[in-house]
Amino acid sequence: MDGNMEHFTQTKSSARADAASAPIKVDCQNIDVYYGDKQAIEDISLQIEDRSVTAFIGPSGCGKSTFLRCMNRMNDTIESAKVTGKIFMDGANINDPSIDPVLLRSRVGMVFQKPNPFPKSIYDNIAYGPRIHGLASGKAEMDEVVENSLRKAGLWEEVKDRLPAPGTSLSGGQQQRLCIARAIAVSPEVILMDEPCSALDPIATAKIEELIDELRERYCIVIVTHSMQQAARVSQKTAFFHLGKLIEYGDTERIFTNPEHGRTQDYITGRFG
Amino acid sequence: MSSPTEGTANTGSFVTEEALQRLKKRHGAEARFKLYGQLAIGIAIVALVALLVSIFGQASSAFSRYVLSYDLNIEASYVDPDGTRDPEAIARNVSGFNLMLQDQLADEFLSDDANRNLRRELYGMFTRLAVLPIARATADAPETIGSEQIFNVALADDIDLFLKGGVSARKSIEIGTVAAGDGSTEDGVTLTLASQDAAEKLGAALTELTRTDVDDAPAVALIKAGNTWYRMEASEGRNLSLTYLAGPRALPSEGAAIEALILAQSQENRTVTDRQIAWTKILQTQGRIKSVLNTSLFTNSDSTYPELAGTAAAIVGSLLTMLVTALLAIPVGIFAAVYLEEFAPKNRLTSLIEVNINNLAAVPSIVFGLLGAAVFINFMGLPRSVPLVGGLVLGLLVLPTVIIASRAALTAVPPSIRTAALGVGASKTQSVFHHVLPLAAPGIMTGAIIGMARALGETAPLLLIGMVAFVAEVPDGPMDESTVLPVLIYKWSTGAERAWEPQTAAAIIVLLVFLILMNLIAIILRRRFERRW
Ligand SMILES: Nc1ncnc2c1ncn2[C@@H]1O[C@H](COP(=O)(O)OP(=O)(O)OP(=O)(O)O)[C@@H](O)[C@H]1O
Ligand SMILES: [Mg+2]
Repeated sequence: MDGNMEHFTQTKSSARADAASAPIKVDCQNIDVYYGDKQAIEDISLQIEDRSVTAFIGPSGCGKSTFLRCMNRMNDTIESAKVTGKIFMDGANINDPSIDPVLLRSRVGMVFQKPNPFPKSIYDNIAYGPRIHGLASGKAEMDEVVENSLRKAGLWEEVKDRLPAPGTSLSGGQQQRLCIARAIAVSPEVILMDEPCSALDPIATAKIEELIDELRERYCIVIVTHSMQQAARVSQKTAFFHLGKLIEYGDTERIFTNPEHGRTQDYITGRFG
Repeated sequence: MSSPTEGTANTGSFVTEEALQRLKKRHGAEARFKLYGQLAIGIAIVALVALLVSIFGQASSAFSRYVLSYDLNIEASYVDPDGTRDPEAIARNVSGFNLMLQDQLADEFLSDDANRNLRRELYGMFTRLAVLPIARATADAPETIGSEQIFNVALADDIDLFLKGGVSARKSIEIGTVAAGDGSTEDGVTLTLASQDAAEKLGAALTELTRTDVDDAPAVALIKAGNTWYRMEASEGRNLSLTYLAGPRALPSEGAAIEALILAQSQENRTVTDRQIAWTKILQTQGRIKSVLNTSLFTNSDSTYPELAGTAAAIVGSLLTMLVTALLAIPVGIFAAVYLEEFAPKNRLTSLIEVNINNLAAVPSIVFGLLGAAVFINFMGLPRSVPLVGGLVLGLLVLPTVIIASRAALTAVPPSIRTAALGVGASKTQSVFHHVLPLAAPGIMTGAIIGMARALGETAPLLLIGMVAFVAEVPDGPMDESTVLPVLIYKWSTGAERAWEPQTAAAIIVLLVFLILMNLIAIILRRRFERRW
C-alpha cells in the first residue's frame, strides 16, 4: 500500500495550512484513490488540525466522501477501491498494513449522510460501540457512558425517558444526533461527518451545527457539506475539491472572502457545481 | 397539445378530449388487471378447496373405525399355558389369545358341529392381530387372567367398510309379517308372507337393485324374521324359500316382523359373505358394535392389514430424517450463504460457485437419491433404509434452497447497517453476527423452513436409498430401519384392498398437519425475530 510512494517530504504549498497555530492531528500525504481503473483522488496532501472543524466542499462527485473515508479506512470495505499514500495520525501511518482498521475506527468515528441507527433500542445503539471495545465494565458504568454520550450530542433531555424504545422510532434529526452520540460513545479523537445535515430540516440542522461547535472543543472534526453557509458557519478550515484534486485549502474566513483560485471563487459564489 | 379553445370547455382547460380518452383507457386497464388478479386467486382457492374436500372426504372414514365390544374370558389355559404370569411371555403369546377369541366367538355364534369353512368365515370378521392390544393389556395386568374383561376388538377392514356403507349397494326394507314358516334350518325353510303387497314390495326392491348393465347378476335378499337371518334363494308369489344364515336356529314364527336387506351384489362378487353380514347385523342390533376414534392410525406402525396399519413409525421416521436434514442443511446453508454474501471476494471462483448453487437447486430430486445410494451406502458403507442416510440425502437436496434464501435475506439488509457497525469500530465478523444476521434471521428462517417442508414431502430420493422397506417397528434412532410419511403414503396408495384408500387419505392428512405445524412454527419464529429498520 505504501511501497511505491516516497517518504513524507513533499507537501504542496497550497495544501499547507496558512496559519500553523493548532497542532496537526491528521497528516495526509500524496493520497491517490482508485475505483478499479478510475482515479477518484489525485495526489492530495492535506493537514488537519486538532480541536477544530475542517470543512470539505466541492461539486458533486469530486471525491470528498472518498477522501473522508480514507481517514478511517472505510474504503477498505469497498472491494474495488485502492488507496495509496500515507496518512499520519499521532505519528503513525494508518495506511500501514500493521494498523488494524477496527482499532483505527474506534479512534476515528464516522457519521453518515443518512441517519443509520441500528434497529435496536436507543440505549443499545449507544452502548454497542463501548461494549465491543470493552470501554465500560458493568451496567452502571455503561449507563454513565450512554448518558454522557447522549448529553454531549444534545439528545439526553429528549430521550432519557425512552431509552428502551427503538432508535428508528426517533425523528430524522434526532436519529442523526443519536448517530453522533453513538460515534462519541467510543471516545474517538477524530469525528468524520459526511453531509450530516443533508436529510434534515433547518431547525434540526441548526441543532447539529450547534453541537458540532461544542464538540470542536474536544475533538478533531472533519465535515463534508454542500452548504456554503454551513461551511462558513461551523468550520475553521475549508478545503475545496474539484475533480479529485485539492484546489485550495486554508482558513475558512480567507477562503470565503478572498480565495486564491478562480474555481474556488466560482464555486462559492455559485457560478458552477 | 390542443389549444384551450378546443376540446370540452366546461370541464376545464386542462381536461382535454384526448386526456379523457387516455384516462378511460387507463381505468379500463386497471379494472382488467384487477379482474385477472381476482380470477387467479379464485382458481387457486377452488383448486385448494377441491383438494381438501376430496382428501378429507376420503379420509373421514379412516379416522373412525368399527369395533366389537366383546366380553372376553381371559382363560389362563390359552394365554399363559405355563402358568408363569410372565408379562413378556403373555404379550408374545398372540396365537394363544387369538385361539381364545376364536373359540369364544365359535361358542357364541356357531354350533359344535360347524365345519371349517363356517369357522373361517366367522374368524375372518376379525384380523389375526386384533388381539394384540388385548395381549398387551393382559400382560400389563396379569391379575385379570381368569376374569371376564370387555375389549374393543377391531373388525376386519372389509366389515368396517361394509358398516361404513361400502362393499355393496344396499337397501333395507320392512315387508310385513310372517304368515307361516315350514321346513328346517338344515335343509331349507319356506316362509309365507302375510300379504301379496309385501311380496310385491320385495320383488320391486330386488329389481331396483339388480344391475342392468351386467347379465345374470341378480340382487340378493337377506331376510330377517324374528331374530334369525336367512338368505332368500327363490320366491314364488307369497312363498319364499330361504337358507338359514345366523341367529337363533328357529323357523320363522307366525306374526314375526320381517325385514329384508337387499344387496346389489351376490357374495361371490364381494369381500363380505352373506353370513358375515348377518352376524354383523345381529351384533349391531345387540348394540355391541361401536364406532371409535381410530387411534391406531397414530399409535400403530405399518401393517399388511389396513385396519391395523398406522403412521407411528413413519412419523418418527420422518422426524428423525428431518432432524438429520436440519442439522446438515441449516447450519451449512447459513454459513455458506454468510460467507458468500459477506466475506468471499467477488471473483471468477465465487461466481462459478454461485452459478452452480443455483443449478443444484434445479436438479431433480431423484438424482440426489442416486447420489446418496452411491456415496453414502455403496462408498461409505452406511446401512440402507435408515433416517441418517435419508436425512443426509434430503439435506444435500435442500442445501441450495437454504443457501439461496439466506443470501436473498442477507442482501435485503440495508448496507447502511453494515457501514454503521464498521463505523463504530466493529470488525467484519462482529458487524455480520451482531447486526446483519439478526436482521436477516426471519428471511433465513423462512428459507430454511421452506426447504424443510420440501424435504418432508420428498419421496423419490428416499425410494432409491431403500426407505420404502416394510417397517413394523417404531425406529429407535437415526440408524434404525425406518420409513417416512410420503413414502408410506405412496406404499399405501398402491395397496390392492379398498380399505387402503381412506387409510392413504388419512396419512396424507397427517402429513399436511405436519406441514402446517412447521409453517406455524415458522410464522411464530418470524414474529419473534422480526425487526423494523
Ligand atoms: N463505491 C464506488 N465504486 C466506484 N466508484 C465510486 C464509488 N464511490 C464513489 N465512486 C466514484 O468516485 C468519485 C468520487 O465520489 P465521491 O462519492 O467521493 O464524491 P463526493 O464528492 O462525495 O460527491 P457527493 O457530493 O455527491 O457526495 C465519483 O466519480 C464516483 O463516481
Ligand atoms: Mg459524498
